[in-house]
Amino acid sequence: MNVIAPTVSSQADVSIQSLIGYVDCDIHPYFKDPAELDEFLAPKWREHRREYGARSRSPMAYAAQYPRLSPGVGMRQDAFPPTGGHPGSDLAFMREQLIDLFGMAHGIMLPLLGRGGDERNLEFGAAMCNAVNDWQLAHWCAPEPRLKASIQINVDHAEAAVAEIEKRAGDRRFAQVQIQQRGLEPLGRHRYRKILEACAANGFPIAMHLGGTSGHASTAGGWPSYYHEEHHAYVQSMEAIVTSLVVEGVFEQVPNLRVVLVEGGFAWIPALTWRLDKHFLRLRSEVPHLKRLPSEYIRDHIWVTTQPVEEPERAGDMLSTLEWIGWDRVMFSTDYPHWDQDDPRYAFKVAIPEANKKKLFRDNALAFYGFE
Amino acid sequence: MARHVVATVEEIPPGQSKIVTVRGREIGVFNVASDFYALINRCPHEGAALCKGMLVGRMESDTPGEYRLTRKGEMLRCPWHGWEFDIRTGQSWCDPDHTFVRSYKVSVEPGESLVKGPYVAETVPVRIEGDYIVVDV
Repeated sequence: MNVIAPTVSSQADVSIQSLIGYVDCDIHPYFKDPAELDEFLAPKWREHRREYGARSRSPMAYAAQYPRLSPGVGMRQDAFPPTGGHPGSDLAFMREQLIDLFGMAHGIMLPLLGRGGDERNLEFGAAMCNAVNDWQLAHWCAPEPRLKASIQINVDHAEAAVAEIEKRAGDRRFAQVQIQQRGLEPLGRHRYRKILEACAANGFPIAMHLGGTSGHASTAGGWPSYYHEEHHAYVQSMEAIVTSLVVEGVFEQVPNLRVVLVEGGFAWIPALTWRLDKHFLRLRSEVPHLKRLPSEYIRDHIWVTTQPVEEPERAGDMLSTLEWIGWDRVMFSTDYPHWDQDDPRYAFKVAIPEANKKKLFRDNALAFYGFE
Repeated sequence: MARHVVATVEEIPPGQSKIVTVRGREIGVFNVASDFYALINRCPHEGAALCKGMLVGRMESDTPGEYRLTRKGEMLRCPWHGWEFDIRTGQSWCDPDHTFVRSYKVSVEPGESLVKGPYVAETVPVRIEGDYIVVDV
């Protein structure tokens, strides 16, 4: 028996019963071999990929900015499949470690491969996005219908992005459109508006998963020195995106747009809304296109996923934080197979009331994605 | 509490470990420089199979840019979130006052004394000429 201090609630366990039929809003599938994408690329792009490869906005091509937690490249150490290959590349093992473990009803895949969304060569980027979309269907959704795909796009190629969204419209195997968190410009900027309109018009929410490369320093205060520091900078990026979407008036112009922020934390949301509201009351004449308080736009349009769940010093503070954000706006996620993934039984260090637990682990996601 | 024979000494060379099941609980038995230690195979943070993690050292520093790797091979790092525990005591490195992993007393006994009993050896046959790892659970 392990001994755990009283600051961590011993009631934090979520019963298996309440997990049956839960939805996981952040799963990362990988390929066993990069060549898996070839069959979904036109010969021209297959050749291009082989001869020239990716050109990202990152100054260090082919290298993560940080070789995280080596060995293991940022993966859960026990997630390497017994048959070999990258964590997340073996469906049978993913079923054993994740999908079947607690009777998952649906799992939302957010592929972080192909890098089409970051690609500087926009035509190649569009081709890679299209390939990863087809790859998700063929390699994952077909053998395991509980897994849902995310539409990859490169927002800097608006025509191709809109065409990709329209091509996938009506296909219920796709749950959402995945957009890089870090981009050349904040997502609320006018240049991206047609893409956001196409998402909303076709019933797709937008998912912003942490990461991506912008080519700019990843914090507003310059480049960070440590991965620890970088990880907190993802929160800053999320705050910048939410602020941009609100202040640029996106939610006035695209009133049915829904956005889910994945893996960027959530305890910061109350503080951001308090500040935005305060300044709005003083600066509203600069942004007369806003008709409501920033907090109201955020409450109506922004959802968040849970992992990695914040662990406040006083475990009970988690409940008031979730209350402020809204119990109907928070959706459970594991981030399998990454190193910092959450186990649904122990992710929260405080007991969550049964009615809210159902919302958080299942009902919110069912409603958000329109699953049966 | 009873004494359980869980392995022969040769089964777990220095730097290696073996996960055994004793009275329904999984326990990781480790050989650190020919001393044996045993911890329960469950991380107190989120329940991962702790004993499948890596044995690492303790990285210490007084100032950025200067690092010391101490106690090499004596810290067990959880395969999920990287929480580190002292293999000798089960004490958490990041939260030493509040979090620790249950550890068990381990001893090495010659087969000659074990055959006299009392001990429990469900899976390890004991012979007089061997040395055995015994865990108190």
